[in-house]
Amino acid sequence: MLRKQHWWILGAAALAGLVMLGLPERAASRLKQGAAALFLPLFGLSQTTGRLAEQTGALAVPKSELLRENERLRQENQELKLRLHQAAEWWRENETLRRNLQWKSQSPWKMKLARVIGRDPANWWRAMHIDAGLADGLRPNYPVVTPDGLVGRLHECSDHRSLVVLLGDPKCRVAALVPEAQDSGMVLPGAAASWKNQFVELSYLSRQSELKPGQKVITSGLGGIFPPGIPIGYIADWRLVDGLYVEARVRVAVNFSALEEVWVLIP
Amino acid sequence: MKWLSHGLLLATAWLLAFQPCGMDWPQRWLGAQANLLPPLIVYAALSCGPGFMALLALAGGLWFDALSSNPPGCSSLPLLMVGVAVMRHREVILRKETFAQVTLGLAASAAVPVLQVLLLLTFGHEPLLGWSTLWMWLFMTLAGGFATPLLFWGLDHLLSAVTYPPADTGAYSTAREIVRGRR
Repeated sequence: MLRKQHWWILGAAALAGLVMLGLPERAASRLKQGAAALFLPLFGLSQTTGRLAEQTGALAVPKSELLRENERLRQENQELKLRLHQAAEWWRENETLRRNLQWKSQSPWKMKLARVIGRDPANWWRAMHIDAGLADGLRPNYPVVTPDGLVGRLHECSDHRSLVVLLGDPKCRVAALVPEAQDSGMVLPGAAASWKNQFVELSYLSRQSELKPGQKVITSGLGGIFPPGIPIGYIADWRLVDGLYVEARVRVAVNFSALEEVWVLIP
Repeated sequence: MKWLSHGLLLATAWLLAFQPCGMDWPQRWLGAQANLLPPLIVYAALSCGPGFMALLALAGGLWFDALSSNPPGCSSLPLLMVGVAVMRHREVILRKETFAQVTLGLAASAAVPVLQVLLLLTFGHEPLLGWSTLWMWLFMTLAGGFATPLLFWGLDHLLSAVTYPPADTGAYSTAREIVRGRR
């Protein structure tokens, strides 16, 4: 049976919970960082276990397969070197033209490789933890990508860990472009959270859009957070909303469930 | 020895808060994560005092929120509410019965996410909700419910190893009256 003194204790705890909920964003972020710092040993243990499992798996791979893989990578390396030479030539030509036209040159983005060390434990957010933070030069809002396309943006950064909000999370809205339809819109989480986060909604497209399934969707660069031209996904289907604008369902280019490593773009 | 058992329960909460973050295979294969903090609160509400149960709800909830995009406190309050609800009726709950444990685990695991989402919506956040949320909620409820007896079994064994066993009363029943002398 709960006594009067017990109710006072429980009331104080409830009040503490309400105070935490009402904290301003900055204080809440600091409180969360302080509490999350307690998990550093577990994150470290999880990373070490993952690496050990990888190393153990690598030991079991037969030599013939490794040789085949090595040959394939050698060929890919040569091909990429050729493309790099070609791109360097284009880059030089681009710079000359920019200088001639007196256009402001775009500063190239630096990249930082980070390993995925955890997922958001709550089912109603799409986020993950990476093993790089403020100490590595990362800051909130930096874009996160893979070779396949856009992953999301940094939301919270502590010294050696960051929380990335993924494409499809309510906190990650992206200005997007459908180059083939020559139309732009906004990528939103969508009215329905999709299974495994494979789809997002591209909203506010014009009624005259000539959309077709399979058309590529890329970042438009509007908004200032994401650089232009990063692949987002492909148009799956679309519908007219209240006769005002078109809303398309986009199948994202990145498989979020299989992410192990990501690149953070540093301006 | 009470501090040791309380310390172990806090350490369990710490591990259970990290578990869905570090072990993401249910998310990969089934599209949902289980949260085992509600069964732990049920255990604490049936085994500990209200002060420690409140501390466990606050700490466990804060740790869970620190690893997610939730605002801090969003998980603490639902855990506390579930703990208080169980604690109010703990005299009539048969805590050693598996059926009671599963039922309490199911109810707590179903109630906590609903309360969390209600709190998020009340405080102006926009959680990602849709038809698949129903599946996630069902998965969380079932996983929490069926994990509760395992958690009770594990914690009972763990805590009995670090606490003194209850004093043996022997065969003498305190309810027995010995009448001396002649009637």
